[in-house]
Amino acid sequence: MAHFTKATSLHDWLNQRLAIDTLRRVLATEYWIPKNINFLWAMGMVLAITFGLLLISGIFLLMYYQPNVNLAFDSVNYTIMQEVGYGWLWRHVHGVAASVVFLIIYIHMFTGIYYGSYKKGREMIWLSGMLLFVAFSAEAFSGYMLPWGQMSYWAGMVITNLFSGGSLHADGLVEWIRGDYVPAQAFLNRFFMLHVLLIPLAILGLIGLHFGALRIPHVNNQDGEEIDFEAEAAKYKAGDKANSKVIAFVNDFMSKDMMVVGIYLIFFFYLVFYHYDFAMDPVNFDPADGLKTPAHIYPEWYFLWSYEILRPFSTNTGLIAFAFAQVIFFALPFLDKSPNAVPASRRGLFKYWFWAMLIDMIILTAMGKVPPEGAFSTIGLYAALTFIGLWIALPFITKTEKKV
Amino acid sequence: MKNNSRRGFMGKAFGAVAGVGAVASLYAMKRSWDPLPSVKAAGFTTLDMSAYKENELVTEKWRGKPIFVLKQTADMVKKAEANPKDMERLIKVGNDYFMVCLGLCTHLGCIPGYDSDEKSFLCACHGGMYDFTGDVTKAPPPRGLDIPPFKIDGNKLVLGEEGPEYKKMLENGTTLRA
Repeated sequence: MAHFTKATSLHDWLNQRLAIDTLRRVLATEYWIPKNINFLWAMGMVLAITFGLLLISGIFLLMYYQPNVNLAFDSVNYTIMQEVGYGWLWRHVHGVAASVVFLIIYIHMFTGIYYGSYKKGREMIWLSGMLLFVAFSAEAFSGYMLPWGQMSYWAGMVITNLFSGGSLHADGLVEWIRGDYVPAQAFLNRFFMLHVLLIPLAILGLIGLHFGALRIPHVNNQDGEEIDFEAEAAKYKAGDKANSKVIAFVNDFMSKDMMVVGIYLIFFFYLVFYHYDFAMDPVNFDPADGLKTPAHIYPEWYFLWSYEILRPFSTNTGLIAFAFAQVIFFALPFLDKSPNAVPASRRGLFKYWFWAMLIDMIILTAMGKVPPEGAFSTIGLYAALTFIGLWIALPFITKTEKKV
Repeated sequence: MKNNSRRGFMGKAFGAVAGVGAVASLYAMKRSWDPLPSVKAAGFTTLDMSAYKENELVTEKWRGKPIFVLKQTADMVKKAEANPKDMERLIKVGNDYFMVCLGLCTHLGCIPGYDSDEKSFLCACHGGMYDFTGDVTKAPPPRGLDIPPFKIDGNKLVLGEEGPEYKKMLENGTTLRA
């Protein structure tokens, strides 16, 4: 057993038992962040804060929500919205955060792609981040089922039907996932469980992995410069803060991080109070009806790009294209054959690849929202083919890239 | 190294026990997600076929899913006779012909709408179209509307039971098992 002495203070008492000074040093005051970064490096903290908002608002919603096909719709639209004091606040925070979190995730992802932050030892950061994206997608989908409105029901029908695998006709699998021939009580109950327990647990674990993956390679910087973190940290600790290329996570970097978070939160609560309706589909204010399909079924905006890759093709081809779109971002660190981990602007053809991919995904998103008719169908088809083509081209254009 | 081989054995023995336990619990978990017996038992619907009107789509319900029943006019039967594939899709009860189909688009399960003037179905989700016998006329649906298992019982149709007429449809590929 370790040797303990009479504590001189509460701090000392805790320190002897939990090594809180060491913990603080390792996690905060001597965790080094490069100076050469910009506001885009604050998106991780913005995401962590948004996840916190989802968790807290979710806890309050959970106290009144009823996971029962006869009660769910009213428990949300009547009990929470009209009876519970400030129930509307939790619901609007939860709905707006669920939408905005994907906007920030996409900014976070494209920042990583632009600056090459998935290369040279940072592959696990990218892969764990992609797993988080998948977990957040599942969380968003399962949460969307819970108000049991028309869009909940029909999105549930359409998405679970994807598992029949087109011509494989695996209806048994679909019925197994639903626990019924159609989305009904068993379906609502199990998606409720997934939404409030299993997927949040997975997300918490993955956040731990994502942070852990950062420790050894450290955060990238605006020029993709390889920094000798130990040498730079030594300079900082010796007092030469001006010439050191790094700063401490706490308080130096955190103060700037929280500044961005502050601006973000003003924008966020502006949406919650004045524009929450963008996150509330009007169709979902009709109770679920298994005998009446809404005129036009579309997912929330953050799934539109992959939905549009599914839509222009026949069932089987569409499913294959959709499956491709869902997993291909995982392969980015391995399809990018260039040794350069620098911003896209200095990487020749990859610069055009980056912007083409970003614009293509915006076009896919826009086309996913409009009805699949006439010119929109054609644009959607070409945008989907462009998406697949860009990924096929990636290894070739990065292989020929000159070393910078 | 005697110790090590003993520990190795203990490790393997534990692994075997844990493996059996893991497989067994996965099976239990799989079974817990299966549809309940009560859900499966509520799977039969009987329709009185004398009550339907010609070219008027009626939506019935079977296993929580919509069932389209469309009594054919003499004109429609004539048109269907020109195309043997269409004729095979129709169900003859007494002297009348009916289209009885699962009202779910075979693409991704939306409910198509019926236009009684055009005598065709349009799925609003992804633009798929079907004719008055439920056969597909415009992609993306991969096939015509599925026909539920049925048994002809005099003037009645029992959905959920497999009669000889339904089995024949399965055999010649008119429908998949819905």
